[in-house]
Amino acid sequence: MTAMDAYNFAYLDEDTKRMIRRALLKAVAIPGYQVPFASREMPMPYGWGTGGVQVTAACLTPDDRLKVIDQGADDTTNAVSIRRFFQRTAGVEVTEETEDATIIQTRHRVPEAPLQEGQIMVFQVPIPEPLRFLEPRETETRRMHALADYGLMQVKLYEDIARHGRIATAYAYPVKVEGRYVMDPSPIPKFDNPKLDDSPALMLFGAGREQRIYALPPYTRVESLDFDDHPFVASKADHACDICGATESYLDEVITDDQGGRIFVCSDTAFCRSRQEDRQ
Amino acid sequence: MNVIELSNVSKTFTLHNQGAAVIPVMSDVTLSVVPGECVGLLGASGAGKSTLMRMIWGNYLAASGRITVAGTDVARAEPREILALRRERMAYVSQFLRVVPRVPTIEVVAEPILLTGTPEDQARDRAAALLARLRIPERLWQLSPTTFSGGEQQRVNIARGFIRQVPVMLLDEPTASLDAANRETVLSLIEEAKARGTAIVGIFHDEAARDRVCDRMIDMARFAA
Amino acid sequence: MNPLFSVRGLEKRYGARIGCTGIGFDLWPGEVMGIVGESGSGKSTLLSCLAGHLPPDRGEVIYDGRDVLAMSEPERRMLARTDWAFVHQNPRDGLRMAVSAGGNVGERLMAVGARHYGDIRDTATDWLGRVEIASDRIDDRPSAFSGGMQQRLQIARNLVTGPRLVFMDEPTGGLDVSVQARLLDLLRGLVRRMGLSAIIVTHDLAVVRLLADRLMVMKGGECVETGLTDQVLDDPQHAYTQLLVSSVLQV
Repeated sequence: MTAMDAYNFAYLDEDTKRMIRRALLKAVAIPGYQVPFASREMPMPYGWGTGGVQVTAACLTPDDRLKVIDQGADDTTNAVSIRRFFQRTAGVEVTEETEDATIIQTRHRVPEAPLQEGQIMVFQVPIPEPLRFLEPRETETRRMHALADYGLMQVKLYEDIARHGRIATAYAYPVKVEGRYVMDPSPIPKFDNPKLDDSPALMLFGAGREQRIYALPPYTRVESLDFDDHPFVASKADHACDICGATESYLDEVITDDQGGRIFVCSDTAFCRSRQEDRQ
Repeated sequence: MNVIELSNVSKTFTLHNQGAAVIPVMSDVTLSVVPGECVGLLGASGAGKSTLMRMIWGNYLAASGRITVAGTDVARAEPREILALRRERMAYVSQFLRVVPRVPTIEVVAEPILLTGTPEDQARDRAAALLARLRIPERLWQLSPTTFSGGEQQRVNIARGFIRQVPVMLLDEPTASLDAANRETVLSLIEEAKARGTAIVGIFHDEAARDRVCDRMIDMARFAA
Repeated sequence: MNPLFSVRGLEKRYGARIGCTGIGFDLWPGEVMGIVGESGSGKSTLLSCLAGHLPPDRGEVIYDGRDVLAMSEPERRMLARTDWAFVHQNPRDGLRMAVSAGGNVGERLMAVGARHYGDIRDTATDWLGRVEIASDRIDDRPSAFSGGMQQRLQIARNLVTGPRLVFMDEPTGGLDVSVQARLLDLLRGLVRRMGLSAIIVTHDLAVVRLLADRLMVMKGGECVETGLTDQVLDDPQHAYTQLLVSSVLQV
């Protein structure tokens, strides 16, 4: 008996997958709306991507090609672990090339390469509720979403400008979906927010500990919240990648010594590597 | 054409918490005042002179009868109708100045015409003119009248009462606590109001003032209950 | 012209106990009505029912021709954010203590779609001035304000969207006497200047004398006397009103 026979395809039983798919269908039907779902016990603790893993598990078919990234990299511990998890329980092909993947599970970044129709992005979400740190009561935030009562969110942005001279939120920047629901796009840098707008790909968001699923169907209108006189800016470090020279990709700052030396490198490792290969 | 008309008006006070004591004050009061006329109320203390005036003002409820003032039946009107009457057509110069702390004298005087839409600078000018005429020193105009003497407060009261030109005026002892010069000024103000066609009901303990401005006297003893 | 706010046969019970019963009145544009009574008279229950915080057991509440009790919650919330305002006795109940003064005043504007930071801030500054709070305090949190300042901030926050009807629950309760005087003066000016209608619940007769055009006296959940403010206070007809008025100490 191979290791794979001990598990159902992609670890979860079929009924659980069906339950998650029902939640996904609801989420896709109401873009940006948080659908509660019965999050399962997974073989990794809460806070390690269980929501994303459950959504991926429910979507996987044997023909899929899976890419997993963590902060843009394919080779960090979490990305490697989750990729190996699905290789073991689903036996699917894996890839590091964004263009070749059919499903991409990500922790906190959107790849630089443009996404295509037919691709599914699965986001790992820690806190799905964009209003949580302004209004701790779940009863109140549910009512605010139901009544589209988002004044408080705008107040938070106002407070930022009053205190810092500009909107200080750098990641998990709140967005408005189809002019209706305010959504937390997961802790992606605000630089990635424009990639969510009108994307050809299907975007699914899973929060395992908080037990919520939400979605952006392809070609959905996603607008980052701002003020008319303080418009949203998708900013990044004002450098080029020190390895591949890219000027348009999101950069990680890497400290190289204890003299203050540092370099900036593409956060998306696959993107950086393919640019290096192109140059050669 | 009567501007003020009372018919079959009576008033009784019932003090529920003092053994349900019933104090009848007046009954079957019938009186009328035409434009330009000044009627003086006479009677001993407690005869009901101030009470009657307050009933015309709408401050006391009539137990029965009709009180028509410049087109409004005060005994039956809604609060907002009485307020509109007071704002637009009736002035009451009482013996006491009720002041809101912090409001300067000139604004106390200007308020009645500010409320009916007179522009601020015009209103202030008229208030200033009246205060000057009543010999209130200019240095007091920006102060609240709360600390003024009785005579000064009385004159502020009068200025406030006379700043509008209204068809009906009720004057309760307007010359009390005033010296000869100011008394003369107030009597002139009353005469000017009469000349404009104002109907006035007044209480004057000062005989000379009574003789000067009242066209008729009414003795409250007639209406004793 | 029609009344702005009409109430008929309003009743609220707590089991067998009466909260308020048989309440009816019309409130006209620009009219201020005071509801006075002692603790347990039902005045706070009544205010909660009128303002949509508590569903009454019986009766009708019509605002500007619209049946308030038949409204959906989104409609009622929208009303509460635009045409209506509610000033709580304790300003902490009516403010966001963790948000700056400017943010507090601007929130209602942002909740109804204001999206220009500069304009919002200018409006907030203007309103702080109207309630006599120095404009350099616009970025301070209410927790740094005195009780009187917090109450004035609450008033600014409520009035910024130009409501037509303001509910006030003991607006000067808990404030020092001198602070009360200043606040009442401010309220009086704002109400007159903005042509507001208001319903003010208080146990303090001096407040109603100054602010209210008319008065409703509550006892045991019922209205025992109603009328022009100075008439009810100077010539009270009902035994309870007479008791209330005579109990006030003259200073």
